Amino acid sequence: MNQKEILLNHGSGGKLSQDLFKSVFGKYFGNPILDKLTDSAIVESPGTHLAFTTDSYVVDPIFFPGGNIGTLAVCGTVNDLSVAGAEPIMLSTGFIIEEGFPLSKLEEVVSEMAAKAKEAGVSIVTGDTKVVNKGKCDGLFINTSGIGRVDQARKHISYGETISPGDVILINGTLGDHGMAILSKRNEINLHTKIASDCAPLNGIIQDVLAVSDKVRFMRDATRGGLATVLCECVTNREYGIRIDESTLPLRESVMGMCDMLGFDPLYIANEGKVVMIVAPEDAQRVLETMQQHPYGKEAAIVGEVVADHPGKVTLQTEIGGKRIVEIPAGDQLPRIC
Amino acid sequence: MKLHEKYRQREACQKAAAAITAISKKPVTLMEVCGGHTMALHKSGIPAMLPETVHLVSGPGCPVCVTDKRFIDHLVALCRLDDIIITTFGDLIRVPGSTSSLEQEKAHGADVRIVYSPLEALTIAKENPKKRIVFPGIGFETTAPTTAAAVVEAKEQDLKNFFLLSSHKIMPPAMAALIDEGVKIDGYLCPGHVSVVTGTKIYYPIVENYRKGCVISGFEPLDILLSIYMLVKQVEANSPAVEIEYKRAVRPEGNTKAQEVLERVYETEDAWWRGLGVIPKSGLALRSEFSQFNVHTMIPVTVEETKEVSGCLCGEILKGLKSAKECPLFKKVCTPANPVGACMVSSEGACAAHYRYGS
Repeated sequence: MNQKEILLNHGSGGKLSQDLFKSVFGKYFGNPILDKLTDSAIVESPGTHLAFTTDSYVVDPIFFPGGNIGTLAVCGTVNDLSVAGAEPIMLSTGFIIEEGFPLSKLEEVVSEMAAKAKEAGVSIVTGDTKVVNKGKCDGLFINTSGIGRVDQARKHISYGETISPGDVILINGTLGDHGMAILSKRNEINLHTKIASDCAPLNGIIQDVLAVSDKVRFMRDATRGGLATVLCECVTNREYGIRIDESTLPLRESVMGMCDMLGFDPLYIANEGKVVMIVAPEDAQRVLETMQQHPYGKEAAIVGEVVADHPGKVTLQTEIGGKRIVEIPAGDQLPRIC
Repeated sequence: MKLHEKYRQREACQKAAAAITAISKKPVTLMEVCGGHTMALHKSGIPAMLPETVHLVSGPGCPVCVTDKRFIDHLVALCRLDDIIITTFGDLIRVPGSTSSLEQEKAHGADVRIVYSPLEALTIAKENPKKRIVFPGIGFETTAPTTAAAVVEAKEQDLKNFFLLSSHKIMPPAMAALIDEGVKIDGYLCPGHVSVVTGTKIYYPIVENYRKGCVISGFEPLDILLSIYMLVKQVEANSPAVEIEYKRAVRPEGNTKAQEVLERVYETEDAWWRGLGVIPKSGLALRSEFSQFNVHTMIPVTVEETKEVSGCLCGEILKGLKSAKECPLFKKVCTPANPVGACMVSSEGACAAHYRYGS
């Protein structure tokens, strides 16, 4: 790492986050389970394996259209378990609260967390609360950890070991809603849009898909860094590439408009209720239809395929028939000047 | 159909690309002056659709890219003062200065805030009366009027803690300087947003003195393809002219109100362009009647000595002489995460476009 201090961008989920992991956390904590860098750690044990994951939430603003920091904390961890092919069982939660934070707001966060946990069918079984002096944190930070159960037959999903050329790439709906909902509510922009976060627990739709197909090769939730980051990570050091088709990408008019205005690329914007699936071609249509029948998959689409040419690279067929390479982002996108 | 969809239709774009291929006989080098065009044409994969005879080079129209390193060093020095808040467009914070950047200074505790308009800087000034608010003015005829309007507003409100560090520049002198330097260009794809403000008159000297075509282009894929078609047609017929493709936004006379505020607030001065050196009368400095808002006169500070990085080809790239891929640092030492030159850091920079879109 060239940097001598932590920059905000080290938390962006892009290239700098990877560098930070390699040069600090991986260096000291490294072990065969952690090194796989999956959304959930798969702890193998006779019979049923366990999936284990943790995530911290520091979103600004704490409340946004479509959710709040608490709904993110529950859904994010449920989703990290679910995309590993696991059935989420229980969560822990840790609160770091700034002195002076309104109790009514805390209750609002907690009650919505409970509602999402109920929807996902998980229990919050342990927790912790710390209060810090005013100014030592930004209102409220939450950490959640989760444990899930993984069937032996689904263990391969989080590693993506069985992906091969010809496989089809699907996503369960529109791109970039969460990132743009957050951005539109930040003080400095405050746009009057109706974009709401897509924050949702995905275990239901994923279980529906897994019930009709045993040929799901890989899943990942497209959070920070968006669809582009998931796909780029998927082909890194692999013998295959990925081709996606811009005209098939599900995108809301309002998100597209905001991206155009700020010079952002929706491929890189965060989602909180989107799963990318790579599925064997013979099962793709069935998986698509199953997704579309679920409330969180109405706008699901097939967006591309795994290809043998250009190994290690993701290419995009543009809407107008051109072609370009999709690269992993360096950090958060910055709004352009003019 | 939404307006922009009309300009992103696959059939229409394919047709335009085929029309270019049909008429293009001579090899032509066209420069897209504006960074917005560089990004848009790479994003939509246009280079792969053009015949081999048409070669596109990126020009000096990315505000961050042409900004002098000393300007960043100056901002770094300012933000180390106790009572300064830097309010800046987001693009600027990662641009490396000689030894630091605004992003690094922010990590060290400097108060650096991203704003979307200079008018937000005025609000921050009012909310923080004990602080001095510095707005780095960068950009061309597009952003200069909004900064000028903020200065006029600050004067009307009698604000005492708002200051502008102007590095605004104007486009035509740079377009002429490139040709004077011997850069081979057959025609200019002219910046749409700049032209909304200036109108067509700034391009006539390029046609008259240098016999190079100027087509003002919009930013959607079809806009760019049609503009390339118009330029290729001009070159094939050997009849350079000023033409507007972006007719839905650009009027020949431009935005006269914006021109007036520019004239009222700024005067031209010689300015240093990264890669191009000093270009006479290409910069915009605050007129003396607005000197109470001028960082240069109001906030004296010692700025470190500017250090250039060896091997960085930003200068050659901005002149269209080299492409990003020819730079020895590209993708090796210089990446968007650790940019060496400004062309990599700006979202409109030629190197960032090549890095991100790989074409």
